[in-house]
Amino acid sequence: MSESVRCSVGIDLGSTTTKAVILDSEGHIIGRGITNSRSNYDLAAAVAREEARISARFGLLRKEVERSAGRDVLDQLLKAFRLSQTLAQLARLHALIDDEIDRAVASALRRPAHDAVTLIVSRIEDEEQAWFDAPDERAGDRSDFFRDAAGSAYMRFAEEIGDPIGASFDLLAGLYDKCIIRVENEPLELGFRDHIGSALERIGSPAAVRDGIERAVSVTIDEVCTVGTGYGRARLPFPKEQIRSEILCHGLGAHAMFPATRTVLDIGGQDTKAIQVDAQGIVTSFQMNDRCAAGCGRYLGYIADEMNIGVHELGPLAEKSSRRIKINSTCTVFAGAELRERLSLGERREDILAGLHRAIILRAMSLLARSGGVEEQFTFTGGVARNPAAVRALRQLVRENYGERTLNISPDSIYTGALGAALFAHRDVTARAAAAPAEPGQQAGEAEVQR
Amino acid sequence: MSQASKGEKHEAAKDRSMVLQKQMIAEHYERLERAPETGEPVVYTFVPGNLTELIRAFGALPVLPEINALQSGMRGRSRDFISEAERLGHSEDVCTYVKCDIGMLKSGNIGPTGTRLPKPDLLLLSYTGCYTFMKWFELLREEYDCPTVFLQVPYQGDGKLSAEHRDYIAQQLRGQVIPALEKVTGKKYDDTIEAELKRRLALAAKAEDDLVAVLQSAKKKPSPIDAYFGGVYYIGPIFSAFRGTEEGVAYYEALRQEVEARAAAGKGPITPDGPLDKQDYRLVVEGPPNWTHFRQFWSMFSDWNAVVVASTYTKVGGVYDFGFRHDPDDPLGTMADYCGGCYTNLNMPSRIDMLVDYIEQYSADGFLINSVKSCNSFSAGQLLMLREVEKRTGIPGAFIESDLVDPRYFSAANIKNRLESYLQMVDARRAERAGGGGGGGGSQGAEARP
Repeated sequence: MSESVRCSVGIDLGSTTTKAVILDSEGHIIGRGITNSRSNYDLAAAVAREEARISARFGLLRKEVERSAGRDVLDQLLKAFRLSQTLAQLARLHALIDDEIDRAVASALRRPAHDAVTLIVSRIEDEEQAWFDAPDERAGDRSDFFRDAAGSAYMRFAEEIGDPIGASFDLLAGLYDKCIIRVENEPLELGFRDHIGSALERIGSPAAVRDGIERAVSVTIDEVCTVGTGYGRARLPFPKEQIRSEILCHGLGAHAMFPATRTVLDIGGQDTKAIQVDAQGIVTSFQMNDRCAAGCGRYLGYIADEMNIGVHELGPLAEKSSRRIKINSTCTVFAGAELRERLSLGERREDILAGLHRAIILRAMSLLARSGGVEEQFTFTGGVARNPAAVRALRQLVRENYGERTLNISPDSIYTGALGAALFAHRDVTARAAAAPAEPGQQAGEAEVQR
Repeated sequence: MSQASKGEKHEAAKDRSMVLQKQMIAEHYERLERAPETGEPVVYTFVPGNLTELIRAFGALPVLPEINALQSGMRGRSRDFISEAERLGHSEDVCTYVKCDIGMLKSGNIGPTGTRLPKPDLLLLSYTGCYTFMKWFELLREEYDCPTVFLQVPYQGDGKLSAEHRDYIAQQLRGQVIPALEKVTGKKYDDTIEAELKRRLALAAKAEDDLVAVLQSAKKKPSPIDAYFGGVYYIGPIFSAFRGTEEGVAYYEALRQEVEARAAAGKGPITPDGPLDKQDYRLVVEGPPNWTHFRQFWSMFSDWNAVVVASTYTKVGGVYDFGFRHDPDDPLGTMADYCGGCYTNLNMPSRIDMLVDYIEQYSADGFLINSVKSCNSFSAGQLLMLREVEKRTGIPGAFIESDLVDPRYFSAANIKNRLESYLQMVDARRAERAGGGGGGGGSQGAEARP
């Protein structure tokens, strides 16, 4: 009989990304997954959950074989797994673009377009292979999304080889934009079983790992309770009791990551939240932006699009600034106009970006003040917490306004909401188990809980 | 999610009193439309500090521009009116009641029930804390070129109306307001009119008694009323044209009977989604509601079985639940007291006291501020009030933002998110107090990275 792990799951359907966290019966994290929300919450929730299950299986595998096979082999296996996933998506993208060329591109341009895309894809494949071969690169060290990783490489190569071949950059970029959405909106087979075989072959099928995989695959991950949160939470087919506001989830998640937390700032894609929590992680007060998403993550997204760079590149670029430009407006709608005007005045991109980051944080400071200030300790969560320029501006403004505060930022801060949701799920399971005495031969609470 | 569509399709359930009120309002608008033929003089005035008994005693009819604006908002017409006013040069930040009214005026002056509104014979500005009202009537004076009278009610900065303030108001009533009414109605303020005024003040006091009984019924569990969403209907007649009228008295008698019957049966109020007998949250609300999405806003509460047990907004046209009643034996003095005591004329400590009192007297689980974008008169200082009330009651407050009648300022997702977060916060605190620990686990530092 195969082993079964009883888990609680939290799903955070954010406006930009969807995250899932799986906890074991002790409340410890065993898996996490993330994906683009792509305006399709149902699919995003399914993909994030699947990614979390994959990571849980890697966790199980690690437990099984780390001692015998060694940590490096497992890291390498994970990289191989990611490579396998990426190559599958890349192949799908290539096929879709080929179809699109035959369907929509003028016949004279078809040949050069096909050639250019084939060349671009093969360059990306080479780059992916090189990433895999580089000993210093770890699987977690780059963007989680195919769109980000493949997208910026595609554009780079398209610019380089498009014109010489006779297919313009605009044509190639247009094809990409059209097809990447479809790649993201198709439920590709990205599961553990689908890719672990080819990943294993890629690292030479060491016997110690092979047996562990068999066992890791055979374990049943039994999701006994799921709690959903985030902007798209209303889309989840759960009863109301299994839906929690992201404000509560961020409070509890931040408390779990840093138990001394009293103030939480979350800057997500659509909104900014300033939250005060008590010693148990329960929210005592909060403020969030009004109907306008000015100064939220999406604003940075627009700026990145305007500059034709990845959103993850904004912060590092701003960090190079030597002279910060003062920017007052953080209106998302006017972001492009503001940026172009500054550029036309001859300002440097890094200086403009430094000003933009400060403007965003100034807005957040106002919410923090209104929610009750910044208490010790202070935890920063959400996608924007990954941005070094935003963090620097925050650190500085907090010091100026409130004095020294411990600023916690988890490298996994993007999972804070999902972690909080998973903890609520875990707590619900525990509470139900406590309320219902266990039947003989049955684990407590099992009869009632639902997926 | 299941609650998302709840109640959106079926017709709103209505109390008998609501039907009665609808009829009264329709008849009043019809009477206003006929006023140019019947020769009944028309006096425009505002809800806070309205002098309906006096206006009626002179045989004139009141028109309340904010009521027109909010009714237009509820009937989905404010967006166009506001756009019209903005085309005329009123900026986005101007009070949306003003823009809605000006827009309506410029679009043919057809009121919310579809009848034409008459021109004013007099603009009676009773200033009770809202500075915008002054500018509003200045705009209307330009438009109509009619007489204006300005009653200056001193702001209760010290938290009370002093004897000098009271005399000052009464003096203006005698020296300016009454002469202005005499002029436009052609009637002298003689014994007959004074007797009529006293009769109407007695009618007002009677309706006020019944209204207070209705509002205070919310102390019961379950509360037989919703004192905010239902409350704005309950104050409708007494805050508009019907204080000091027989119809008003009849309405409040009927309403009180209806509410007392519900209370005796242990039933909750009727919401747009049906009866709310099961009440999980008792809330106190500060600030006006949003009118353009009124039902949707209400449903956000009733979906969560949240009932409002007391609200300050239902006191803007008069505060009666702390003992004040119109006194027929002192007509001018009582009108002075009434004007000075309107909620809009109270200072922040008084408003805080009132909120704290409501939270305690009505055993509330929480309180919420709906901060209205275009009304600085209401919104200024609200966050400070929130903090102070939190400090004094130990109960956390919620803060949401919307607008009176500009639909562009209503973000349903944002408001729902804040409200739901707040209610879940109340839950979490209850669980914590009940000893459930609430937190759901200590340090989760241990993790399994793939």
